[in-house]
Amino acid sequence: MQPPQSTQNALAETDILAETDQIVSRHMTREGPLLPILHDMQDSFGHIPAAAIPRIADHLNLTRAEVHGVISFYHDFRDQPAGRHSLKICRSEACQAVGGAALSDHAKRRLGIDWHQTTEDGGITLEPIYCLGLCACGPAVLVDGDVVARVDADRLDTLIEGLSE
Amino acid sequence: MKIYVPRDAAARALGADAVAKALAAEAGRRGMDVEIIRNGSRGMVWLEPLVEIDRDGVRHAFGPMTPADVPGLFDGDGDKALGPTEDLDWMRRQTRLTFARCGVIDPLSLSDYEAHGGLTGLRRALGMGAEAIVEEVTASGLRGRGGAGFPTGIKWNTVRQADADQKYIVCNADEGDSGTFADRMIMEGDPFSLIEGMVIAGLGVGATQGYVYLRSEYPDAIDVMERAVDIARNNNVLGDVLHSGHHFDMEIRVGAGAYVCGEETSLLNSLEGKRGVVRAKPPLPALEGFLGKPTVVNNVISLATVPVIFERGAQHYADFGLGRSRGTVTLQIAGNVARGGLFETAFGVSLGEVVNDIAGGTLSGRPVKAVQVGGPLGAYLPVSKFDTPLGYEELDAQGGLIGHAGLVVFDDTADMRGLARFAMEFCAVESCGKCTPCRIGAVRGVETIDRIGQGDASAIPLLEDLCETMKDGSLCALGGFTPFPVMSALTHFPDEFAAAKEAAE
Ligand SMILES: Cc1cc2nc3c(=O)[nH]c(=O)nc-3n(C[C@H](O)[C@H](O)[C@H](O)COP(=O)(O)O)c2cc1C
Ligand code: FES
Repeated sequence: MQPPQSTQNALAETDILAETDQIVSRHMTREGPLLPILHDMQDSFGHIPAAAIPRIADHLNLTRAEVHGVISFYHDFRDQPAGRHSLKICRSEACQAVGGAALSDHAKRRLGIDWHQTTEDGGITLEPIYCLGLCACGPAVLVDGDVVARVDADRLDTLIEGLSE
Repeated sequence: MKIYVPRDAAARALGADAVAKALAAEAGRRGMDVEIIRNGSRGMVWLEPLVEIDRDGVRHAFGPMTPADVPGLFDGDGDKALGPTEDLDWMRRQTRLTFARCGVIDPLSLSDYEAHGGLTGLRRALGMGAEAIVEEVTASGLRGRGGAGFPTGIKWNTVRQADADQKYIVCNADEGDSGTFADRMIMEGDPFSLIEGMVIAGLGVGATQGYVYLRSEYPDAIDVMERAVDIARNNNVLGDVLHSGHHFDMEIRVGAGAYVCGEETSLLNSLEGKRGVVRAKPPLPALEGFLGKPTVVNNVISLATVPVIFERGAQHYADFGLGRSRGTVTLQIAGNVARGGLFETAFGVSLGEVVNDIAGGTLSGRPVKAVQVGGPLGAYLPVSKFDTPLGYEELDAQGGLIGHAGLVVFDDTADMRGLARFAMEFCAVESCGKCTPCRIGAVRGVETIDRIGQGDASAIPLLEDLCETMKDGSLCALGGFTPFPVMSALTHFPDEFAAAKEAAE
């Protein structure tokens, strides 16, 4: 027999809380530990699980609203899981000067999604990024954390094909 | 044989890792004993990956390299040969003070660093006393390279004189401006220079702890800096500084993708683990900064320039430059340019010389239309302003700013109204939300520019009014300076705002 849904969730939640406790304890002695904690949470879970927020708040003597407020302020932190792969395209001026906007349009058409969305198969999440410091060799993209420069539509197609394998 | 292949993010993004792998494999095939050093970039981004081979102490450059070029490089018949690196025009024309070691040394070799003048400045500073250290920085004329151009010595003196049990040195490595990458390059290519600069700052103001707030968009720089801090700690550059009894330690902190966190008070909130909203000034961070304690907040380039000032003396540094802009400017030439990259030279070079001569005009080969100087909050300058010398006051006089010294070049296909709209949109996306002129004004700005685009000429004076309101009423330069790119586009390219009208009719 399958365990009831609620037990499954409860199990997952204990795991989340155990990992959260570990992450928090790694950073507690730092001055201003919240951002390092949130980065590690996101590395572990791919997002910041809602269940962890009260726990982090307790440890740091903050309100849930304060922790939530910090998560929602920063573009990097997500409250929902993303796709299996991440594609971030630079929208900033230096990349625009060499065709960045057309590249973004191409990516959206090709993937059939807009910024901040994930392809239907959960494969790729598309996000804008504002400058990667590759402004002398744009347009620049970040694919699963790897930088790629001088990307045109063909190059992007190849990169996307590489991700769907 | 020593072969240098940059580990710089731009070089890697252009395929340096594959080239390094191919070099190792080819050397193995030929039974040759080679040492591959992953150095920083020399700054010639259009030639990356730029590989160098050391022959009898002279470094010969090859680039841009692909794995297919590797055998030719060993045979000596490669058509990517550029000759000795130091003889290249781009290198010979520079005055490399801050970037003297970048691309030359192994970034994570402390002995390489010392062999090229590293730690000389720190040793001198250790014998000087706090007041004399701050005086040396003041005498150099160094001004903040993060954008505002505030004299670094004066800032340090405020922190030095503040009475507190704890003070901090915070390095602003948020480098969010489009068209800029000097901070990234020095952190990836010569991380110890930043560490040394921060230690000297600590000695000068009486701070024992430092933080580098490094943007998350720079994974390579984060990696190099973290390793460099460990190495510095294990070798007593950090900790008990060179066994002097003076203590200083530091930590790398990663940002979370908010442009406004480059603003110093927003950065301090973020470092404390809060929302990165801007704080009202006063109090100055110099008096009430990180956790309410006196804090020096300086840009990476400001701090990484400190060691060479102490190594060569304040006067040597101050002898370069123009007017009140002393020393060198680390230009970052970007966008649609034939030769883009990092070019360090004395302040005072003209915009036109940089764009036409040094950078060789556009990549597309089309005429230059505009150059955005100083990042997303900087003005778009047309070709008619090309005789403007690059300096703080000189750009200010043109209704712009030199900012972090990024130059983004656009050819004649650039859509100036679209770029003005983007400036407003960016401000709306990145506003911290604390003040209304920035948060709401930027949204209205996008709408107003769209109205102009639809042919409503009566929206032009509205846009001008809105820009005035944002300039006067914003809490920080995000809302306050967004009008620079917008108004400069409108002023210098009025046709593109009027043409929309004709097209609509
Ligand atoms: C919206 C905004 C973004 C900024 N971004 C940066 C940045 O990324 N790096 C930086 O050094 N300064 C940035 N600044 C300037 C800082 O507020 C501050 O002036 C600087 O860090 C001081 O260091 P400096 O005196 O060495 O330039 C920014 C300012 C504003 C208003
Ligand atoms: S503007 Fe795209 S990388 Fe800097």
